[in-house]
Amino acid sequence: MSEGGVGSATGYIVHHLTNLKVGEGFWAVHIDTMFFSIALGIFFLGVFIKVARSATSGVPGDLQNFCEIMVEFVDTQVKDSFHGRNPVIAPLALTIFLWVFLWNFMDLIPVDLLPSIAAFFGIPYLRAVPSTDLNSTFGLSISVLLLLYYYGFKVKGIRNCTIEILTHPIGKWFMPFNLLLRIVEDLAKPISLGLRLFGNLYAGELIFILIALLPWWMQFVLGWPWAVFHILIITLQAFIFMVLTIVYLSMAHEDH
Amino acid sequence: MNFNATLIGQMITFGLLVLFTMKYVWPPIVQAMQDRQQRITDGLISAERSVREQELSKAKASQLLKEAKQQATEILAQAHKHANEIIEQSKQEARIEGDRQLLAAKAEIGQEVNRARDLLRSQVVNLAVAGASKILKREIDESANAAMLDDLIKQL
Repeated sequence: MSEGGVGSATGYIVHHLTNLKVGEGFWAVHIDTMFFSIALGIFFLGVFIKVARSATSGVPGDLQNFCEIMVEFVDTQVKDSFHGRNPVIAPLALTIFLWVFLWNFMDLIPVDLLPSIAAFFGIPYLRAVPSTDLNSTFGLSISVLLLLYYYGFKVKGIRNCTIEILTHPIGKWFMPFNLLLRIVEDLAKPISLGLRLFGNLYAGELIFILIALLPWWMQFVLGWPWAVFHILIITLQAFIFMVLTIVYLSMAHEDH
Repeated sequence: MNFNATLIGQMITFGLLVLFTMKYVWPPIVQAMQDRQQRITDGLISAERSVREQELSKAKASQLLKEAKQQATEILAQAHKHANEIIEQSKQEARIEGDRQLLAAKAEIGQEVNRARDLLRSQVVNLAVAGASKILKREIDESANAAMLDDLIKQL
């Protein structure tokens, strides 16, 4: 960043918003996003499988207690909005909640820390927060959409589900219009899910980057309240993603 | 900011995570929680039951104690009665025995008196005969006097 002034600031921001990428075009892979999301996923699974292995019905330890609180919290959410019987929904919701929360949590790590360490080892670009990558959030929301269709067809049968798609909401004489509505609805679901998470976290990260451009004695003044506020945002976004997934899935299970 | 293969990679990762959570995380933890809930429920029920049982046995014990006290009182009263009866009976027996002995003694005394009287009478006769023979200084025909003596004895 030798240009100085606005140029250096722009360069700094752009540098922070560039993924470490392998390959070109569509078949490019963001190494940093994949690395952090898989690492966080393994961390989540590691903790929970360790607890699940040694789970006791007696007095639980601290870690088991925490895991049980999480499980119970998710289970309550699922039972509140999902009335069918499906053994996948609750573990799915738990995975979404904790995985997304851990993604988001990476946003609270100082913006320059991980990229600096990476630069020390000769890695030019690094984005540590998987949920600021559209590929991550849409990977999740599109998976949810696929599950919606899978369970929709599985529970109601292919015939009934097709009939529902063609005749809902305003009768069989408006078949093309119904189909159009349905397409819009099903496009809106993954896009709103993915963009909501992405937008919140991207904006949060951008503001952290902007705060990092301030003189060092001012960074604390703005950075601290923003980080505190962000604790709420990251939990809330993970929660919203989970609850909406449950709601969508329960809608896919119910007949209209 | 464009879509690329990362999306597919994330979907695969997500699928695997859900699979592992479903298989290895969710069931044991939920099972442990349900087991604990069951244990707590059982414990509460058994605690309640034992409290009730304790109350029941307390009442039973006090009932038993009352009965035992009553029984003891009855036994005591009976024993007193029995003792009194025995005393009364022995008193009566003693009285009867005393009376009987008194009667026997009286009879014996009467006999003794009669015997003594007879003896005295015969001795008086002998004395009279001896006195008379001494006065008469002669042999008296015993057989002639016998009738007169018998008369005398009867008059005595």
